[in-house]
Amino acid sequence: MAKILNVRNLRKTYTSGSKNLTVLDDISFSIEEGETFAIVGPSGSGKTTLLGLCAGLDEIDEGGIDLCGEDLSTLNEDQRALLRNKKVGFIFQDFQLLPTLTALENVSVPLELQGAPHATKDAMELLTKVGLGNRHNHYPSQLSGGEQQRVALARAFSNKPSILFADEPTGNLDEETGEKVIKLLFDLNTEMGTTLVIVTHDLELAKLNQHVLRLKGGKIVINETSAIS
Amino acid sequence: MAWRDGKASGKRLLLFMASIILGIAAVVSIQSFSDNLKDNIGLQSKALMGADFLIDSNQPANERVIQLMDSLGGADAREVNFASMAAFTKNGATKLVQVRGMEGGFPFYGELETEPANAAIEFQEKGGALVDATAMLQFNLKPGDSVKLGSITFPIIGSLITAPGSTGIGATAAPPIIVPFRFMEESGLLQRGSRLGYNYYFKNPNIDLKELNKKVDPLLDAENADLDTHTDTSQRLGRRYENVGRFLNLVAFIALLLGCVGIASSVHIYIKEKLKSVAILKCLGATRKQTFLIYLLQIAGMGLLGGFIGTVLGLILQQTFPLILQEFLPFQVEISTSYQSIFVGLLLGVCMSVLFALSPLINTWFVSPLQVLRVQEDTSKKSRPYQIWVMIAIVLFVFLFAYWLLGRWSFAASFVAGILVTFSILAGVSILFMRMIKRYFPKSWSFAARQSLLNLYRPNNQTVVLILAIGIGTFLISTLYFTKDFLLAKTSFESSAESPNLILFDVQTEQRDAVANTITPNGLTVIDNIPIVTMRMERIKDRSVNDIRLDSTTRVNKWILNHEFRTTYRDSMIGSEKLLEGEWMPSMAPNAEVIPISLADNVANDALVTLGDTISFNVQGKLMTTVVGNIRQVDWARMQLNFSIVFPKGVLENAPQFHVLTTNAPDKKSSANLQRELVKKFPNVSIIDLRQVVTLIENILDKISWVITFMAFFSILTGIIVLIGSVRNSKYQRIRESVLLRTLGAQSKQILKINALEYLFLGILGSGVGVLLSLVSSFLLAYFIFDTPFIPSWVPFLVVLPGITLLVLSIGLLNSRGVLNSPPLQVLRKEGK
Repeated sequence: MAKILNVRNLRKTYTSGSKNLTVLDDISFSIEEGETFAIVGPSGSGKTTLLGLCAGLDEIDEGGIDLCGEDLSTLNEDQRALLRNKKVGFIFQDFQLLPTLTALENVSVPLELQGAPHATKDAMELLTKVGLGNRHNHYPSQLSGGEQQRVALARAFSNKPSILFADEPTGNLDEETGEKVIKLLFDLNTEMGTTLVIVTHDLELAKLNQHVLRLKGGKIVINETSAIS
Repeated sequence: MAWRDGKASGKRLLLFMASIILGIAAVVSIQSFSDNLKDNIGLQSKALMGADFLIDSNQPANERVIQLMDSLGGADAREVNFASMAAFTKNGATKLVQVRGMEGGFPFYGELETEPANAAIEFQEKGGALVDATAMLQFNLKPGDSVKLGSITFPIIGSLITAPGSTGIGATAAPPIIVPFRFMEESGLLQRGSRLGYNYYFKNPNIDLKELNKKVDPLLDAENADLDTHTDTSQRLGRRYENVGRFLNLVAFIALLLGCVGIASSVHIYIKEKLKSVAILKCLGATRKQTFLIYLLQIAGMGLLGGFIGTVLGLILQQTFPLILQEFLPFQVEISTSYQSIFVGLLLGVCMSVLFALSPLINTWFVSPLQVLRVQEDTSKKSRPYQIWVMIAIVLFVFLFAYWLLGRWSFAASFVAGILVTFSILAGVSILFMRMIKRYFPKSWSFAARQSLLNLYRPNNQTVVLILAIGIGTFLISTLYFTKDFLLAKTSFESSAESPNLILFDVQTEQRDAVANTITPNGLTVIDNIPIVTMRMERIKDRSVNDIRLDSTTRVNKWILNHEFRTTYRDSMIGSEKLLEGEWMPSMAPNAEVIPISLADNVANDALVTLGDTISFNVQGKLMTTVVGNIRQVDWARMQLNFSIVFPKGVLENAPQFHVLTTNAPDKKSSANLQRELVKKFPNVSIIDLRQVVTLIENILDKISWVITFMAFFSILTGIIVLIGSVRNSKYQRIRESVLLRTLGAQSKQILKINALEYLFLGILGSGVGVLLSLVSSFLLAYFIFDTPFIPSWVPFLVVLPGITLLVLSIGLLNSRGVLNSPPLQVLRKEGK
């Protein structure tokens, strides 16, 4: 299988006051198309930073990242945004829905940004798939946490992404709701054949993935293929 | 605790403070300058008149007046003044000027400021003229050139910079020329019809002016003369400037109120974010009073600091006022610090910020510590009664401050009502607009356009406050333009060949044909030839005018009793007149017993006469009894000769009279040529060029509107600060939205478009509502106050509306520029600091 994400000798340093803080150091790994991939580690280990860098949300200091065949370091901010819009999906811990938009409008945002002709129709189909077809006119403030995350899920898949990044997708949900959301995530992922990258604390959730990368202090401590693969 | 908590939110609090700085600076600067002006007028009272007191009349002093003056020790100086044409022999130019023929050592206080300085003394010795400095520049004149007044040519001894009794605006209309009194008779300008003013100046610093006024003035009134003391002059002047000062202060106060609305709105969001901290503090044992005081002290501290900075800025700003207002000031104003205005500035800073912040602050009082566990508890019901009290306190404070400024309860109440109505309409219209947008949402618009419209409804949005801030500024400036325009339209005259644009005054009967014969060979026609007979009222109904003067209870207006009326006779009404009551009498048989006259309605009202009442006139020594035959309405603003009293034909033909002739000169050149020729042949004839009058009125209105625009600018600037504050308040929310869109793949131009459209909608909505409201208010002003048709100017639509919208757009985009080119995580990290 072709590699959809290839990370080479990645290093990221932040400046805090007069001190330099190395968040990621010498990180190398790759993910193949259709693979499910978990990044785990304790708080402050650099998981979310790594996810952000892989998705082109920040600039790297050293090393290189190839995403969907594009070297991110050669792209400017707008080119990276275009790449995300066409090939990347996102799910966040705190849902990140636009408060002024209804559930349906939130789902259609990536398609609207593309200028897709049937954005509303496609978004409605997805919303129905996540079980919220009858709540399409509701605003985020009128939905529960689980419902909001399902809207976010529908939004993440709306542009039919090649790769989907999920940052602690169950972090703000109770166990039961979290399980339902994860099932939905994996079902949709299988249906659409998307590559899935999940950042999580939850080792049970990590075990559901084909590949697990464990970080500690900004370095890879374990890079292993899970039993389910 | 207040300090520790405030430190963390320092920038936010500073922005609240900034909202009131400009308003306070505006109020303090106007207040302090008004105080200074009052002090200066008091100090320079004698210098403004040039004497301790004067006796003035529009006829030479008669025997009785001379007796009275002798009893006061005799006049120390005298002056005759009148409008006349001046011809500058160097370049042949002519100009309507105010001639002041002086004799004696005037001025006794202050000085005739001239260039060269000794010209002030030499002009008397050498028999020369002092010519207004601006006119000297305008006509490129130098000392040594000459000016012809009537039949005498005077050498120009120097230029006149200032003189007691010649004020700024008056001097612009007819610049003063001072010459020795002894040449006046010889000049031939003191003839019938000329509107002459005789002033007799007295220097007597020890005299009791009040007592003098009480004893001598009634005696002088009977002789058609008047006593004017230096204190009267300064009080009159003081009142005039005080009124202007009060008006400007109200405009400044509006800027402050606008800033306060900004404070209320910012504090509302600030406190909303702090409610969680308040609940935590209460969990830890803090009392209601303690938590309330933490934020009250923060706001009061910021208000005090804002008041201090605003006061300092205001005191600096007032130093520029003498420059801004120089055209309107008759003397140099020395600026000093007014302690009252410092106190006012600090008081306003603290009171206004606390009062306007109280409403959101009250919510901290009702926050339950339970909110730490279970968020979202509605405190609004509990706090509602207190909110009403806060509203009452705000209205009361504004009312008291307005009363302090205006000095009359009714004016203060009108001001507060006006403010409430304007603010309510603006807020109401913005809310209505918002609801309409929501209801009729343009679903077919592009994503960026829809998203930007939806942003107006984001949580904690300040859309209404922003529209209010932008709207008030636009409203003030647009109303100014509309008003200025219809006032100008009212003064403009038709440019058709039938409408006169040159008016020739003081044409003697024997000159009438010769003047007409000078006009017609130039290809021009004499449009009007109006006879004028001067007279005074002698009896009104059954009482003599002297009797009425002595009656302290009379409601007859004093000007009627002392006025020298310029009347005419004709057989029909003219375009500016409308018959209200009675019948028009075209002509009378000679020697008719009852003479019906036509009165303008304002004269009839002021003289308390109606149809059929008798009025006796003294027509230059001969008594004539008339009866009010009809009452007319006169549009005095029309650029034509209007009369308050019109006689029928057949009565005044043989009375001593002079004439006014009018003509239409098609262009400036032919107008100048004709004026030159007329002044040369008939030096006593005065000419008013209506083109110049319109330009003059335009200039005056421009100057006035510049001063008001300057004050309205404070509102606009305050609006901008409120706008920046509001953009800052919602900055994190906006950044999160933009970063999210970025993460979902939005391009820079898409985010830019969303942001730009949002500010564009805000700008258009705010300035649009402001312009529309000003359209209504200007229409009401035109209809009810100025009684003139309202044709809206295009300036507010073509300049003010797009200008302010562009300003809003620029400020908004300037504040979101960081989001456009930086990676999403970098932006979040930076703004999260």
